Amino acid sequence: MHELSVTQSVLDIALTHAERAGAKRVLAIDLVIGDLASILDDSVQFYWEMIAKGTPAEGATLRFTRLPLELRCTDCGCIFSPDADSFGCPACQSSRVRVHQGEELRVESIEVE
Amino acid sequence: MPARIPIVENILSANDDLAVRNRAAFDRAGVLALNLMASPGAGKTSLILRTLEVLRGRVRLGVIEGDLASSIDTDRAKAAGIPAFQINTGGQCHLDAVMIQAAMRELPLGSLDLVIIENVGNLVCPIEFRIGSHLSVLIASIPEGDDKPYKYPSAYRGVQALVVNKVDLLPYVPFRMDYFREGVEALSPGLVTFALSCRTGEGLAAWADWLVARVTENRSPAAH
Repeated sequence: MHELSVTQSVLDIALTHAERAGAKRVLAIDLVIGDLASILDDSVQFYWEMIAKGTPAEGATLRFTRLPLELRCTDCGCIFSPDADSFGCPACQSSRVRVHQGEELRVESIEVE
Repeated sequence: MPARIPIVENILSANDDLAVRNRAAFDRAGVLALNLMASPGAGKTSLILRTLEVLRGRVRLGVIEGDLASSIDTDRAKAAGIPAFQINTGGQCHLDAVMIQAAMRELPLGSLDLVIIENVGNLVCPIEFRIGSHLSVLIASIPEGDDKPYKYPSAYRGVQALVVNKVDLLPYVPFRMDYFREGVEALSPGLVTFALSCRTGEGLAAWADWLVARVTENRSPAAH
């Protein structure tokens, strides 16, 4: 639901860095988004087309790299993607686990000319 | 000639930067700011009003209320005699740092110890947006079910305390406390948790004492 704010921030970041590099156009933007960030790619894409219009980033391709939620077992070190309704370690059944990956929400790079 | 520019910047960094400035402004006023998050109906407003009763005379409390529409919550807080400011987000699903910056100007920060910011009722969006609070507290309530840490994992990350409200309903609602706590522990190891009921008052004292301790810490110079 908060994709509009996120998309606006992506545009701001892309335009700032493009201008700093003296680029005329932004051709593509690489985004890294973890599943815990609760962002829908389609929704970002939808807003993107609206808000990028008329800017040097109009028509730029958004490339999404999705990172699934991964947990790490603190007992056996196993790294795994949890089931929908349990966070237990599949290798040793321990419930002592930590979030390993999935909270990413960043602009990795942009392609400009 | 196309060129790639590496950036590696958090998408919400502009909001984060402003949140840092909000927090510095709270610090200058000696105010502890608490971001209260929960789904709609979990008891955010009830907890604030109950907390006010318990803390009266010990802590000078103010509130910032975030709702899509209406001033019902602010009216209730003002009726209870505390400085309150209402943010109507007009449909936006979360509070952000800009909104808090504006709201801070409307509160007499100099004469307050604690500001509770009631975020929009939502377990998804408020999590991503820092607002400049010192503490984030999540309320889960028994009727919502014991599977919420598994269904809304991000809500349980990055909070400093968890309130489990409506424990008076435990006899009437299927709720596996062990299963619930296991999910919480994976997402926020060792999270301070208060099981309480805003209706009966059970468990409120422990919550209030914890809050007073945080306010006291914040007043002491060592905190900054």
